[in-house]
Amino acid sequence: MDFSLSEEQQLLKDSVQRFVREEYELEARRKLVASDIGYSEEHWAKMAELGWLALSLPEEYGGIGGGPVDTMVLMEELGRGLVVEPYLTSVVIGGGFLMAAGSKEQKTELLPKLAAGELKLAFAYAERQSRFDLNDVECTAEASAEGGGDSYKISGHKGVVFHAASADKIIVSARTSGGSRDADGITLFLIDNNADGLSRRDYPTVDGLRASELEMDGVAGTPLGQVGGGAALMDTVVGQAIAAICAEAVGCMDVLQETTNEYLKTRVQFGVPLSKFQVLQHRMVDMFMECEQARSMTYMVNLKVDEADKVEREKAISAAKVQIGNSGRYVGQQSVQLHGGMGMTDELHVGHYFKRLTMIDTMFGNKDHHLKRYADL
Amino acid sequence: MDMNFHPEDLAFRDEVRKFIGENLPNDLREKVRRGLHLGKEDFEFWQKKLNDRGWFAPHWPIELGGVAWSSTQHYLFQNEQVEANCPSVMPFGVRMVAPVIFTYGTDEQKQRFLPPILDSSVWWCQGYSEPGSGSDLASLQTKAVRDGDHYVINGTKTWTTLAQHADWIFCLVRTSSDGKPQEGISFLLIDMKSPGIEVTPIITIDGSHEVNSVFFTDVRVPLKNLIGEENKGWTYAKFLLLFERSNSLTGGLKQQLHRLKTVAAAELSGGAALRDDSAFAARVADYEVQLRTYDALELRTLGKTEPGAEASYLKILGTDLQQLASELTLQAVSYYGNPSIRDALVYGYNEPSIGPEYAAPAAPQYFNYRKTAIYAGSNEIQRNILSKAVLGM
Amino acid sequence: MELAFSDEDLAFREEVRTFVADNLPADIAESVRRGRAIDKLDIQRWQRILFDRGWAAPAWPVEYGGPGWDATKRYIFDEVMSEFDTPETIPFGTLMVGPLIYTFGNQAQKDRFLPKILTGEEWWCQGYSEPGSGSDLASLQTKAVRDGEHYVVNGTKTWNSSAHVADWVFCLVRTSNEGKQQEGISFLLIDMTTPGIDPKPIISIDGAHHLNMTYYTDVRVPVENRIGEENKGWTYAKFLLGHERNSIAEVGLSKQRVRRLRKIAGEEQFGGGSLADDATYAGRIANVEISLTALEYLNLRFLAEEAAGRPIGPEVSMLKIKGTEIRQKLTELTIEALGYYAMPFEPEQLTDRWNEPPIGPDHAAAQMPQYLFSRAATIYGGSNEIQRNIIAKMVLGL
Ligand SMILES: Cc1cc2nc3c(=O)[nH]c(=O)nc-3n(C[C@H](O)[C@H](O)[C@H](O)COP(=O)(O)OP(=O)(O)OC[C@H]3O[C@@H](n4cnc5c(N)ncnc54)[C@H](O)[C@@H]3O)c2cc1C
Ligand SMILES: Cc1cc2nc3c(=O)[nH]c(=O)nc-3n(C[C@H](O)[C@H](O)[C@H](O)COP(=O)(O)OP(=O)(O)OC[C@H]3O[C@@H](n4cnc5c(N)ncnc54)[C@H](O)[C@@H]3O)c2cc1C
Repeated sequence: MDFSLSEEQQLLKDSVQRFVREEYELEARRKLVASDIGYSEEHWAKMAELGWLALSLPEEYGGIGGGPVDTMVLMEELGRGLVVEPYLTSVVIGGGFLMAAGSKEQKTELLPKLAAGELKLAFAYAERQSRFDLNDVECTAEASAEGGGDSYKISGHKGVVFHAASADKIIVSARTSGGSRDADGITLFLIDNNADGLSRRDYPTVDGLRASELEMDGVAGTPLGQVGGGAALMDTVVGQAIAAICAEAVGCMDVLQETTNEYLKTRVQFGVPLSKFQVLQHRMVDMFMECEQARSMTYMVNLKVDEADKVEREKAISAAKVQIGNSGRYVGQQSVQLHGGMGMTDELHVGHYFKRLTMIDTMFGNKDHHLKRYADL
Repeated sequence: MDMNFHPEDLAFRDEVRKFIGENLPNDLREKVRRGLHLGKEDFEFWQKKLNDRGWFAPHWPIELGGVAWSSTQHYLFQNEQVEANCPSVMPFGVRMVAPVIFTYGTDEQKQRFLPPILDSSVWWCQGYSEPGSGSDLASLQTKAVRDGDHYVINGTKTWTTLAQHADWIFCLVRTSSDGKPQEGISFLLIDMKSPGIEVTPIITIDGSHEVNSVFFTDVRVPLKNLIGEENKGWTYAKFLLLFERSNSLTGGLKQQLHRLKTVAAAELSGGAALRDDSAFAARVADYEVQLRTYDALELRTLGKTEPGAEASYLKILGTDLQQLASELTLQAVSYYGNPSIRDALVYGYNEPSIGPEYAAPAAPQYFNYRKTAIYAGSNEIQRNILSKAVLGM
Repeated sequence: MELAFSDEDLAFREEVRTFVADNLPADIAESVRRGRAIDKLDIQRWQRILFDRGWAAPAWPVEYGGPGWDATKRYIFDEVMSEFDTPETIPFGTLMVGPLIYTFGNQAQKDRFLPKILTGEEWWCQGYSEPGSGSDLASLQTKAVRDGEHYVVNGTKTWNSSAHVADWVFCLVRTSNEGKQQEGISFLLIDMTTPGIDPKPIISIDGAHHLNMTYYTDVRVPVENRIGEENKGWTYAKFLLGHERNSIAEVGLSKQRVRRLRKIAGEEQFGGGSLADDATYAGRIANVEISLTALEYLNLRFLAEEAAGRPIGPEVSMLKIKGTEIRQKLTELTIEALGYYAMPFEPEQLTDRWNEPPIGPDHAAAQMPQYLFSRAATIYGGSNEIQRNIIAKMVLGL
């Protein structure tokens, strides 16, 4: 049992921290968020150059072969910086799917590009009726004669697809058989972002990212993984994504907790720093404890996310997501409250972290969803 | 004890309903129902309608334009409007500065300021808070120095709601630095067009422009705009704060609940309506039970002439519930809380909505409502007041 | 970072499992399961079994009779104990005064006291709190005045758990009124049979007699029973408060309670099925279980720090706060699970004087008393408010 970082992980952490310090001052981020594409291609190139995009990918395909803990270290620091580049969707999720289920050709073609920063990916799973059930899929895919059995035509609607606009390829869940909420019969497909029959409506999101609504009408797609076997695949990869966003959330919470602590010590009312009021001290202690519990669960889930025992693994994932939801809510809300009017301003970074934490709770199922899932396991 | 409304109260309620039915246009009702942005003209429109009926300032003394209603009728009047999706009334003139003017002002001040408040031709804002003086309001530093028959004002006010639309501001300013900080404060009425006033926007986390900083540089204010006595401003401010806190929230909370239920009925979860999801249903039920408690508390305090300590606990409970309802609504819309298109909150936005129509205001409202536990005396400060004033600690 | 136990650790776990399965007396396990009061003789019987195996005091160094385990082994041991219906460890001897004696005591004191603590022959209680000194312990007033080779002790101690069955008490007494309050306190070991000591029962809200008010009237205590230096008692007491921090989270105990709660919820009828299948109730158990997992990993992080030889700071107070909150929550959920059968209140049922069949299910009688008594967990051992003060000051610098 050991919870310390290796020397490489410590170096990685330092290098992400340096990046965030140099590139992610709040004003710089604000400009990025308001820019046309909503992130920076230079940053993306730099992330490739520093090896972060390759970190979790296999060595035989141009990667570094890191594990979940390495991704965790990276994500936590990206969270501290509120970094907007599509790392999660491209590498953790897109790369995750390719590694878990890509054919030899798909891996050979795509993974090296991903590692080199020449490919971005997005993942389209949510539908209007689906809420948090990944298996509630009404998009359909039919085998088409053209591609000789390996080509499908996908139709239907996908909602709130993060970073779809910047992605070269989008991974889409669609039904090749079965009823609309069956686990069996879902297949994942790779589609091109500029494919015929695909129309996108792009928009910014509350937490400073970009997302799109996708309308597909006979879009050509190639299966990723086994036809009909998408559900298990999504469980695996979304589990990894959850482990990664838990780390991002911990980074956000740490910043809020530290900032609020600092603020209480400097803001004077009634002739004393706010930190002298016991109610506020105890509130800070509760925030601190929430952060530490969230961190513990994040370590736990990243150490267990590849665990072979399915129940054990899924329980770990849902438990962590519940904890992150609860902690993020408390830390976010109280940070605003303890900053008073200042906490309400767009100018201060507090609100931006709070918004990201709020949306992280929704991603891949909120605390209610995962509590139920945990109880049912 | 009797929790039922009397027949005359019910008749009154019907009268209010009828009035609203006849006077509230559909598009305005829609804007309110959907939680879209209201412009100054929307508020003005409705306030004028109310004034035409003689109902805009019901709690004022009758001779000045008030109505001889029982406290129950006041309660019904306020809540009926909210439930029927009427725009709220902008409180700064009619509910805040007016009571100060008719209680402590000179006859001349009453004649000059009250009629334009009644007909909504003059808009007010509140200039209390400063960058260094929030919870500790008495420490305020904006200075007013006598110069002949004027005061010369220098300083900065902040978080001033709707200052960008206001014609006048009522301000707390420091006229003396002797003695206790509370004893050197005066209450001034200032024309926002006076030279030397500069208003700059503060954008809040929900992306809206609601509050401002107001800078005063050598602003000259006639002495006749002083309310009551010099250095007695704190007394008038405290009087006003009680009014600010005693605003009934029941109607608004019920409206939020109604919206939440509409969303929960329309959203799907596992193939059924979200409202049938046991965990979510339990949360909504829990909210509703708390709302009933709040309502019962508010009704209990109705009979009282002066809002006292009750105002503090109603503020705490009421704002907790406002926040909770907005949070549940955001949870209900799930992924579709995240798309953020400012224009989608403007009535007449022509693009189809992203996701369901009710989704767009959910996140902005949740973030915006964090303010309710901060302003009008933060909930921590209300607890301090309660522990001191009620519990004797 | 890694979570896996070594093969040696896994073998050790099996060894402990086998041992407990083979040696835990069935009657004791049954009493624990039903939440009955476990009397001194039963606890001594179990401790003797552990002692014979060399496991009576997992944290003690080998030279004093401990097994010399590292943090991981101690964690595994706790974990396995919680898998079975083993009685809770009474902390005063092996967890509290024992380590204090081997750390600060002289050779004669070690020789005299440690062996009987290990075997469980001599029972200890703690005499710190006084009617006027609870959270503000340093204000304590019980006086010890030197008279030749003795101290003469006068004063009142209160909330003394087990004082009525204890053979010895470790006491904080005032030996000086000069300087800071903390600097006039000494640490004495006092034989409970000394003339002038008079423990009087305090019945707690669960209806049982755990607590006592102890009066000291001209009690003569040999000077050789003082630990360390005169007026340095506060230092030793502080050491003790911070000792065995790994156990303050009581993760094992709470896991045992979760399992019991699940079993009860599975047996309770609800709407034609079992309560465990009710989504709302299941969600609430899941919630506590998730908090417990978070606490467990927090605890493991501290253990790993300790194992790596790094000092553990005051943030360890978190374990006390979260651990006790979880325990309280579990007892609360348990009485909710019982519905009406949480209400019959006959603490007598929990003693061996009770010969009637149980009222309702046999696990029912213990639950309300446990719920009530568990309220104490956030008060004793430094109340949770005091723990928050500690973190605010020492960790957050507020
Ligand atoms: C959206 C919005 C609109 C507003 N509109 C107006 C307006 O129109 N006009 C106007 O004058 N003002 C307005 N305000 C200002 C509002 O009244 C202040 O924000 C409020 O008084 C708190 O002051 P502060 O922001 O300086 O926070 P601070 O006083 O710095 O407080 C920060 C935190 O410390 C806590 N705290 C402070 N003192 C204590 C204590 N003694 N014990 C325990 N906790 C304490 C507070 O509760 C808060 O959580 C508005 C504020 C907001 C957010
Ligand atoms: C079941 C039980 C067993 C016990 N066993 C023993 C024993 O064996 N030996 C022994 O010596 N003692 C024992 N105690 C005593 C225990 O240590 C004290 O109860 C504890 O120190 C609290 O002191 P008090 O009861 O006087 O409460 P007080 O100190 O009077 O505190 C009352 C309340 O005020 C809060 N409070 C106090 N000071 C502050 C502050 N500065 N800031 C914020 N909040 C504060 C407390 O947290 C508590 O909620 C036991 C207590 C119980 C309930």
